[in-house]
Amino acid sequence: MWIELLISVIKIATVLTVLLVSVAYAVYAERRVSAFMQNRYGPNRVGYQGLLQSFADVIKLVFKEDIVPVKANKPIHTLAPMISIFVALTTIAVVPFGHTIELFGRIISLQITDVNVGILYILALTSLGVYGITLSGWSSNSKYSLFGGIRSSAQMISYELSMGLSVVGIILITGSLSLQDIVLHQNGWKWNLVLQPLGFIIFLVASFAETNRSPFDLPEAEPELVGGYHTEYSSMKFALFFLAEYANMIVASTVIATLYLGGWQFPYLQSFGLPPMAVSILQVLTFCAKVAFLVFFFIWVRWSLPRFRYDQLMNLGWKVMLPLSILNIIVTAILVSVLK
Amino acid sequence: MIWNAENIITLSFAILALGSAIMMITRRNPITSALYLIVNFFSISGVYLMLRSQFVAIIQILVYAGAIMVLFLFVIMLLNLSGEKKMMETFSYKKISAIILGLMLFASLGITAFFAFFGKYKTMNPNAEIMGTIQSVGKELYTTYSFPFELVSFVLLAAIVGAIVLAQKKFE
Repeated sequence: MWIELLISVIKIATVLTVLLVSVAYAVYAERRVSAFMQNRYGPNRVGYQGLLQSFADVIKLVFKEDIVPVKANKPIHTLAPMISIFVALTTIAVVPFGHTIELFGRIISLQITDVNVGILYILALTSLGVYGITLSGWSSNSKYSLFGGIRSSAQMISYELSMGLSVVGIILITGSLSLQDIVLHQNGWKWNLVLQPLGFIIFLVASFAETNRSPFDLPEAEPELVGGYHTEYSSMKFALFFLAEYANMIVASTVIATLYLGGWQFPYLQSFGLPPMAVSILQVLTFCAKVAFLVFFFIWVRWSLPRFRYDQLMNLGWKVMLPLSILNIIVTAILVSVLK
Repeated sequence: MIWNAENIITLSFAILALGSAIMMITRRNPITSALYLIVNFFSISGVYLMLRSQFVAIIQILVYAGAIMVLFLFVIMLLNLSGEKKMMETFSYKKISAIILGLMLFASLGITAFFAFFGKYKTMNPNAEIMGTIQSVGKELYTTYSFPFELVSFVLLAAIVGAIVLAQKKFE
């Protein structure tokens, strides 16, 4: 029992460390990619090619003064960034980053925990993410923050529906809610991207809306809301929101990769006849490459598309995405029942 | 009661649930009350999890904490309720029915606690782990309990239609 506990702790520590370091590099990547797209240099002074820029930023933010507005609700003002980062970091617990690996004669599953209701766990936690933003907006006692908070809660509730419904197609095909089963089902060419093209597009768009990324970043729209829900935050509390945004982006990428892009599956890897250790490592690297591409895709979209107007956002969510996701369920259900 | 790790964890979830429930009804600020209610949902979900009902536990968070309470918070913020206003209410049928329902709830809780003390619920059903999965819950819903299940969906449909009618009246 103790050895299993130790394995779990090591897995959690490793995954969290990797996630936090990749958050730092996602911020760096965003700044470099946006600079590249706007034909300028971007950060290239701290460390080789600016690779240590994010760490310098964190050190700067730690030493900044923490300013709380006088009329703010202090406990909730402090609680809100904690909720945001909690949600961002706990969702990764059910995502499989590989199949199994054999170390010291013991087969270890490369996933923190394989729960029976994996997809529902992810949906439940993402639906909690709205609290961090809404409460930060309300507790700051500032109209810009409040507007940001209210916008975000309306936006996230609207897109959660189509997000949840688009996953139903995958559940129908796989017959399981466990993420490891879903990945195992996507062997060979049978990625869910091929089997569920409509579901993939809906899930991708809804993920952008759920993570408040451009073109759906209305909760922090600079032209009209100053900084949106985190206008009144400074120092480490602001850094936590910043961290949560990028952690959410990475976690959303891992979920999209797991559900639609085959997770750690490398097509036809078993026919190459490689030793099991190499196969395990290759699978983890495949997963990392897919996630890295999706993170790049998030950044690419942000610097290419303009922001939606609020009514456009709501119309898209309720009048286009929701009917399409229901259509997707119906078509998938008919096809599954006919072909089985 | 045996003091093993599992029972201690279940008991601490139960204490957390009771404590947050008491905090929820005694706070003056409605937002703080709502937050304590969310803590309460989480601890109840923890108790479900200790009883091997994964599906119910996760649905508790997904539906109550993730959807209903978000709407509650949304409404409280929009109305911008500041502190509790003293409610002056006479002894009406509302209070009488509340007292009767409260007594019924306490009676059922009391019966459960009574049997628990005499060891009826000392051991967990060996099938608990299988019964709690989404597969068995779904199978039961669509076979044994299909009629009540469909009835509930009709009630929900009626509520949705009612909401649309009310909203349309306002915008016409």
